Amino acid sequence: MTRFVLGRIGFYTLIAVLLAFFTIPLLWLAAAPFTSDPTYEVRVPDFTLDNFTAILEHPYALPSLLNSLVLAVGTALLVVLFAALAAYALSRVRLPGRDALLYALLLLSSIITGTAAMVPLFQLAVELNLIDSQLGLILILSGGLLPAAIFMLKDFMDSTPKSYEESARVFGASPLQIVRHVVVPLVRPGLATIAVWAVANVWGNFLMPYLLLSDVEKQPAAVIMYTLYTEGGQANLTLLSTFGLLYSVPVVLMYLFVSKKYGFRFHGGIKR
Amino acid sequence: MAQATSPPEAPEVIDEARARRYSSDAAGLGRLRAGAFVAPALALIAVFLVFPALWVLYLGLTNYRLTGTAAAEPKLVGFDNFVKAVSDPAFWNSTWLTVQFVLGSAVIGQVVLGFTIAWLMRDRTGPLKRAVEGLVILAWILPSAVVSFLWVALLDRDGGTLQALLHLPGFAPLLDHPMLSIVVFNTWRGAAFSMMLYGAALGNVPPSHLESARLAGASGWQQLRDVVFPHIRGHILTNLLLISLWTFNDFTPFMLTAGGPDGQTEVLAVHVYKVALLGQELGYGAAVSTVILLINLVVAVFYLRLLRSKK
Repeated sequence: MTRFVLGRIGFYTLIAVLLAFFTIPLLWLAAAPFTSDPTYEVRVPDFTLDNFTAILEHPYALPSLLNSLVLAVGTALLVVLFAALAAYALSRVRLPGRDALLYALLLLSSIITGTAAMVPLFQLAVELNLIDSQLGLILILSGGLLPAAIFMLKDFMDSTPKSYEESARVFGASPLQIVRHVVVPLVRPGLATIAVWAVANVWGNFLMPYLLLSDVEKQPAAVIMYTLYTEGGQANLTLLSTFGLLYSVPVVLMYLFVSKKYGFRFHGGIKR
Repeated sequence: MAQATSPPEAPEVIDEARARRYSSDAAGLGRLRAGAFVAPALALIAVFLVFPALWVLYLGLTNYRLTGTAAAEPKLVGFDNFVKAVSDPAFWNSTWLTVQFVLGSAVIGQVVLGFTIAWLMRDRTGPLKRAVEGLVILAWILPSAVVSFLWVALLDRDGGTLQALLHLPGFAPLLDHPMLSIVVFNTWRGAAFSMMLYGAALGNVPPSHLESARLAGASGWQQLRDVVFPHIRGHILTNLLLISLWTFNDFTPFMLTAGGPDGQTEVLAVHVYKVALLGQELGYGAAVSTVILLINLVVAVFYLRLLRSKK
């Protein structure tokens, strides 16, 4: 009996410590944006909205969120479109060397990281005149995400029945029509997964825009956030906390949406 | 099939070939159009992923710099950059720091913390489980620029939250224990992945095995060692390889400490940035990048082998 009680006490103590460990760093983000004259220390907020007026007046804050959106949506669209076409063809047609290609793709996506490739990517961007180009950055980010996207989508495509495509073909539909009207509706959850994954990836990416965009008007929120806290002496905590919150909210909303709709868990794929 | 009984006649062969093509290619795509479908993706991958990787190999053999004469006419210098790296204490310092960072925050921190949470929450449902998992996942999904600053605020020397809680004047973790700071930070940041992976893995352990172990009088630790671990060994290895790879390539420590103070947190990812883009020695930076690529390659091949043997 005492052993059981001790076990319970131990369990809840451990849970309390874990909750504290994960909560304390986040408290500041929840409290400081609503506190007048926030400091590093977390205080009970007085629920002012002045900080939000201040961030609205900042010349680069809101535009940088828009830049993040442009980069994220642009990359997601490109990745979903190209990966869907490629994954469909690879799933349905035995192209010569297909398995080797898939293996190479999987290998590439894990070994060539921003860290390993930052020097040549920077140089490539200089040579192709893609420094300070959002389109260039979208292309570079897409190139990095595509191998994993193709791999994941091919799994989805493999598990859809082919009979619908066959009957559509009997009725004389062209391959592109089949892809648009038969395959896309079938793999929509897969496409949505890839889109969300790409958006989340780009939204949080710091290194690539930091390297390749020097024009402050084109920089996304990740870079602006970093420059806000390193630039010139005293960090402006009013702006930082409020901007951090605005920058985080879309990610949290997306997470809530995904976990409600699909359940945020591992199935298949990675677990094995 | 037909061939086995009698030599087939010509029309039959065509029919069979057509049938085979039909069944393997439901949409009637054909190889040519299939190639066209794959081409745009492969083109982007080739230009912005494969080419840079090959270029980094070449660049590592040159004395390329961002400015000056070596920028206009880079010369091949063979393995000089690698020799320079191997004899440079800064390179070894960074490598050693990276080892500490990966071992401390990924192999020990995230695995132990992630597994502990998954184990504690294994048969629970309801608000407590949702709250714990939600918070852990929140730390994982927030943008790195935001969480880095949250930790700067938490650990700040003058009036950070941790100092206010512990009442330790002059306590400056980011200055006095920078490596420990980024290790704890990254453990906090990445535990969610391990938690979810082990959560899924523990769901696969047959409850009857645990039940019989319990009836046989096995203690909690014995149950873990003799029933649970043998079932999830594959997951542990998968998890270790993936998080090591990610942590090894992680640039986030830069946002917390910028590699300082005095290079005490200059892990390889930050080291490349500093020598190549701040110090403008692209050739030498590329040589260090090549080393990173090779280490990634070893880990990735090991991981893929493992996946394949599982299938």
